[in-house]
Amino acid sequence: MLNEEEISRYKRHLALDQVGEDGQQKLKSAKVLIVGVGGLGCPVAQYLAATGVGSLTLIDPDLVDESNLHRQILFGSADVGQPKVEVARRKLNELNAFVKINIHQALFSLENAQELVSQIDVVVDGTDNFQSKYLINDACVIENKPFVSASIFKFEGQLSAFNYQNGPTYRCAFPKESSGLDNCEEVGVLGVLPGVLGTMQAAEVLKIILGIGNVLSGKLKLINTLFASEQTIEFERDESAVADIKKRGLRTIENQCELDHDAFYLDVRNLSELPVLNASNMLHIPLRELESRFKEIPKNREVKVVCQSGIRSKQAIEVLENKFGFDNLTNLEGGILSLEI
Amino acid sequence: MNGVKVTVKYFGAVAETVGKSGEEITMNETKKLSLLQKNLEKQYPDLEAATYRLSVNKKLIEDCELADGDEVALLPPFAGG
Repeated sequence: MLNEEEISRYKRHLALDQVGEDGQQKLKSAKVLIVGVGGLGCPVAQYLAATGVGSLTLIDPDLVDESNLHRQILFGSADVGQPKVEVARRKLNELNAFVKINIHQALFSLENAQELVSQIDVVVDGTDNFQSKYLINDACVIENKPFVSASIFKFEGQLSAFNYQNGPTYRCAFPKESSGLDNCEEVGVLGVLPGVLGTMQAAEVLKIILGIGNVLSGKLKLINTLFASEQTIEFERDESAVADIKKRGLRTIENQCELDHDAFYLDVRNLSELPVLNASNMLHIPLRELESRFKEIPKNREVKVVCQSGIRSKQAIEVLENKFGFDNLTNLEGGILSLEI
Repeated sequence: MNGVKVTVKYFGAVAETVGKSGEEITMNETKKLSLLQKNLEKQYPDLEAATYRLSVNKKLIEDCELADGDEVALLPPFAGG
């Protein structure tokens, strides 16, 4: 039952024939998992919280970075350095205290995927790497949950509702696991693009919960904000691909990268970036934390500084040499992208 | 005079690899989609290493015979979020 305050808050939803009090009650009872609280996850969480989805679970390992602020509009300048999920919970509570916000400051991984997915009604994929997308897909197939996925590239976006009522899955659209290395934190993106896609994701989630309209299942919507164009591509469920997932269960795809075990590495990427690097001597300090944690870096041996494409590692070396007098650093030119895995 | 003329559209990183968002291609020999793909990968060698799906007339498809006026698209999965 909705209380008086809720009735007045959701008045304009209750006025819709397709929502009404029954629909609003469905939203209130619904549980949604949002994987990745970045460009996509922020608008999804904001709109789902505003519209009264009863329980939102957010998972993301990262801290707010200054370079997030041009598109991740849940975060402000004062939040830089804070865990994204904690800031998000605070802001969403301010937005709508009727919504329960559960947070996990962690990577969505083999260890937690199935349990998190099993407890909710709909999953939202707001991640920025292929490994997570395949993992979300497989967990949703195994637990029989729909997931609304979006992905962006510069000015373009893709959107679909996968595994909805036994509909096509992400692997049905993209069976060949991409190396997963073509995403880099340094790739440009138009500030509003994830807002456009994330808002559309939220709309699909609402339709799924309410059971209204047509859900974007078996359809991949392509949106190009630079040319104001869009089109929809249809695809079918691949029963054998789905059966394979159910048979083998969850597994990781190549997200580990073995490095030289004699060398010392400094990884300056964010904690959520893949592949995970395996080396005997390894320090992981995201670029933005470098100035406060430089004392952890050894000065008495060669340190190889790495990031996804070699740009941030070069910046890191400049800072460490100019401000803190390091002279033992070398850059992995071309970054992890240049390594054979 | 048996050639078929198709429109090819490129998306995301594939458009960057190819250097354009689309073009019209006339095929004179076999009209198979797989041959068109092979020819494109010959013309744009970097395509071979790219991950993408092909669609014809807005449907994902493995292979088919192309007809005059068909619209082919090369669709890479995006990873950004």
